[in-house]
Amino acid sequence: MTASLTDLTLKDARAKLRAREISSTELTQAYLDAVARYRDWNAFITETPEKALAMADASDRKLAVGEGGPMEGLPIGMKDLFCTAGTRTTAGSHILDGFTPPYESTVSGKLWAAGAVCLGKTNMDEFAMGSSNITSYRGPVASPWTKRAENKPLVPGGSSGGSAAAVAGRLCVAATGTDTGGSIRQPAAFAGICGVKPTYGRCSRFGIVAFASSLDQAGAMARTVEDCAIMLEAMAGFDPHDSTSADLPVPDWTAACAKPVRGLKIGIPKEYRVEGMDPEIDAVWQGGIDWLKAEGCEIKDISLPHTKYALPTYYIIAPAEASSNLARYDGMRYGLRVPGRNLVETYGKTRGEGFGVEVQRRVLIGTYVLSAGYYDAYYLKAQKVRRLISDDFLKAFEDVDLILTPTAPSAAFREGDKMDDPVAMYLNDVFTVPSSLAGLPAMSVPGGLNGDGLPLGLHLIGKPWDEATVFAGAAALERAADFDVVPYGLERAA
Amino acid sequence: MSLDEATVARIARLARIEVEDDRLPELARELSNILGWVEQLGEVDTNAVEPLRAVMPIPSRRRADVVTDGDRQADVLANAPASHDGYYVVPRVVE
Repeated sequence: MTASLTDLTLKDARAKLRAREISSTELTQAYLDAVARYRDWNAFITETPEKALAMADASDRKLAVGEGGPMEGLPIGMKDLFCTAGTRTTAGSHILDGFTPPYESTVSGKLWAAGAVCLGKTNMDEFAMGSSNITSYRGPVASPWTKRAENKPLVPGGSSGGSAAAVAGRLCVAATGTDTGGSIRQPAAFAGICGVKPTYGRCSRFGIVAFASSLDQAGAMARTVEDCAIMLEAMAGFDPHDSTSADLPVPDWTAACAKPVRGLKIGIPKEYRVEGMDPEIDAVWQGGIDWLKAEGCEIKDISLPHTKYALPTYYIIAPAEASSNLARYDGMRYGLRVPGRNLVETYGKTRGEGFGVEVQRRVLIGTYVLSAGYYDAYYLKAQKVRRLISDDFLKAFEDVDLILTPTAPSAAFREGDKMDDPVAMYLNDVFTVPSSLAGLPAMSVPGGLNGDGLPLGLHLIGKPWDEATVFAGAAALERAADFDVVPYGLERAA
Repeated sequence: MSLDEATVARIARLARIEVEDDRLPELARELSNILGWVEQLGEVDTNAVEPLRAVMPIPSRRRADVVTDGDRQADVLANAPASHDGYYVVPRVVE
């Protein structure tokens, strides 16, 4: 029996496309059928089947004459935070109702130029604020994963939850994500896939709906480490339209995946061994340590003393920047307008109806910490602690090449759990937020299953601009983990 | 830091978000919880610490002060909730 087209990795699909064993039209149609079949997961906000088939046809014409880019003919999901010219972009929010961007984000434009085929726009937490995809105005996403023994829907993680569900559930070969405090890595861990956030500045933020500008980075989500590397190469690179874009060449990350890791020094931060940690998370972490040791890495205990302050720092800086960025949604130039008796009332009603509760909460916190009399006590203080958190990492990287931690403190949970208390939900990102604050490249790879049969992720953090070593380490973990479990939701439905 | 309902109402006005009065008690409780939690940063001595504003030291670039884009009135207005004759239509600003 031949494997289904939708089970192919990006690398294998690309080889078959180039060898003309399959056509992009066939592959795209197989994915469109899968998207339609599993529509009840709600992984896509907008499906673009006509556009997909037209792009596939154009790719087939190029492939037929031996031409085409590094992503030629490969069908992907695009997180609905990337502006796509002529295709509705919602950011998971009511307030962007009716918004069709007249321009293309740099990252999505690069992917189309590289030959990728757009299957549609994936679901996400509203304005990327959340860790479970339940804050989307377009409704929650069901993960293709369930516990082995019970058929009850679980969250896919967030905020790139639609992308994670779509990649894990074979609705696309890969998908884009964005990561502000863990929004690529945590859903990748929950969904048993790989997800990479590059160094801040690697991918242009131009045309990505802004959440917290000093933290937002685009990245790749796919079923293998090498697939992520191939896709990230097509996404990264200098862009004069983004003042924080780094003018650096894009390295050969695909080749880095095959690099031996013997002799690499791996830091294990003692502060990540948090009190009350789930023993199954600890066990997966120890498994990762043992695998890298067996590959010839040197394991070193390190200290990142300000780790416990990372989440509170993040929950000042991110809402502050969000309150400023989201000031643009005023109902005047695009999106929703809810009329009031005058201008101020129109603003209030538009934003009161247009923003969901979590977005309102964060805009209000951000407004408060930036308001007169509180700026120094909160925002400036948080920027200073952010420096200490970043310095912790830079000091640790004088002695080690990579840092290994768990990706998330738990496996996927049920919609409705952890909902009552915002702070409890924020704790999902306890292991990913510190590296976000420090702008470092980081990646989640599947490390195994817990007792309920749910995937758990391992998290590698690298030095600034050293994605290559992150990919090398992640590929080593992937080889050792040999994770090949298909989500049970998919098997049951098949 | 505990926020009272009047403070929440004031922040909501500053943020231009209309919040019904019956939501104020819950919002005050939630926002107070979050602020109470972030206040642990007070334990950290930051007297000699420079705030981190740009996480990667990317130097600011300069470019020639010339027009590089524009003349796209139709594109700009295409998403407007209301427009007329090449302008946005907005509620009356001056009564």
